Amino acid sequence: MIDIFDMMGPVMVGPSSSHTAGAARIGSMGRTLLGEDVAEAKIGLHGSFAETGFGHGTDRALLAGLLGMKPDDLRIPNAYQEADRAGMKYSFHTVDLRDAHPNTALLELTGVSGKKMALQASSVGGGAIVVNKIDGISVNFTGEFNTLIVRNQDESGSVAAITSILSQLRVNVANMSVNRHRRGGDALMVIETDQHIKRNQVEFLAQLPGILSLTYYDKEDDEDGSGFDEANL
Amino acid sequence: MVLDSMKQIFECSEWENLPFWEIVLHYDMDLRQVSRQASMAKMLTTWQAIQDAADSYTGTQRSVSGLVGGDGLKMRMYLRRGESICGDLIGEAIAQAISMAESNACMRRIVAAPTAGSCGVVPAVLLALKQQEDYTQHQLLEALYVASGIGAVIAYRAGISGAAGGCQAEIGTASAMAAGALVTLRGGTNEQIGHAVAIALKNLMGLVCDPVAGLVEVPCVKRNVIGAVNAISAADMALAGIESRIPVDEVIDAMGEVGRRMPVEFRETALGGLAATPTGEAVKARMPHGAVPKK
Repeated sequence: MIDIFDMMGPVMVGPSSSHTAGAARIGSMGRTLLGEDVAEAKIGLHGSFAETGFGHGTDRALLAGLLGMKPDDLRIPNAYQEADRAGMKYSFHTVDLRDAHPNTALLELTGVSGKKMALQASSVGGGAIVVNKIDGISVNFTGEFNTLIVRNQDESGSVAAITSILSQLRVNVANMSVNRHRRGGDALMVIETDQHIKRNQVEFLAQLPGILSLTYYDKEDDEDGSGFDEANL
Repeated sequence: MVLDSMKQIFECSEWENLPFWEIVLHYDMDLRQVSRQASMAKMLTTWQAIQDAADSYTGTQRSVSGLVGGDGLKMRMYLRRGESICGDLIGEAIAQAISMAESNACMRRIVAAPTAGSCGVVPAVLLALKQQEDYTQHQLLEALYVASGIGAVIAYRAGISGAAGGCQAEIGTASAMAAGALVTLRGGTNEQIGHAVAIALKNLMGLVCDPVAGLVEVPCVKRNVIGAVNAISAADMALAGIESRIPVDEVIDAMGEVGRRMPVEFRETALGGLAATPTGEAVKARMPHGAVPKK
């Protein structure tokens, strides 16, 4: 199903929805999933991002996203200065990732508390993105839903514990996947939900046995139209 | 409901006794599960972003490669001198189309319509006609809904990315959207919207995507002009009662087929056409490669 606001939109800083708007979204996703301000970012560019990224402002859009800016933020062209001002360290290099989409970035992030995370994500057209890997474990989600990313011990019952509580909270699971490095190690569960999950509910889920860490990506809602009156147009 | 053909929109419009734009509005309310107010408020925000982008153009910015910038201002000054062959309306559309596309290339805020590379076409024709004739904001939003609905049908049946279908899929689609929007503003019928879309798309069919150095600059900025001017002529033809002999949905399918069979060199890879000229190659050689950031 095609969203008409992908035909008349997004509102974005140019020049390219895939190389600029999508790159900003990838950076912003990295900042959100890290859960804190980024102290240092090592940014790998793959494929077309490496080839034509500079001319499309892909580097600046990624930095802007890591600083928490949205794709329509007018500060994107000045992202280097903004990063310097915020004290965020950064470096760029070319990477050759196997079986990756041409527009892919690998972000190795260190947060202000020392927390580390590696994120691989692709810009797949029109500003839409797909997250491919978190800390080397394959995932597949877009940020178009509310998303729970759960690192859990790979043992029976972990998945059921989370999903049964979600159902008690009347949160509907739209998509979900479970991936692991090897049997009995850590597993990564990605759950996309139709409803928002409240902060205290996220904290409760994080306390469940077998859950090593939990990250929640809260989708931004569109404006609800309150205050809009058609008769005033 | 799916926007899978223009014919379907026409039929829904007839059955439900609603204008084209409201069929698209209802589709959006259904797809995103939002109220009429929420949908229209978002479209109003979009229209305001288009106006802000047009108003804030100064002509002083340059793109990363240095190839693009300042031409919108040149066109504007030329119009002010009263020398334009095209006259006020088309002259204004040319100036707006170049300005918006330059703003995109220079990393200013624009509205992709349907893509960033083709962001100047729909705004150019709406802003130009609005300057000549009085329209309410409501009428302009109606035109934007019609344009979006046309874009959705083309995206569904043929695709709108240069990588998938060449420039005909980007500027061609934008031009078709713009043509339908103009017919709507002038109070044309659904049939006339269909003919305008068909004519606009037919007249740009086969256009290749051959960006110099792979950047959204040359020839993209000036192709926004042909998209806008083509839309105005297609709308005028349709409003005059001229019909496309090939039905609009068949034209869209043909555009999709031409795109699929287009050699990969002409689909945004910067390996053919203008990108492969000696001058195009020289520009590419000048651009920094790889992940070497420059402040």
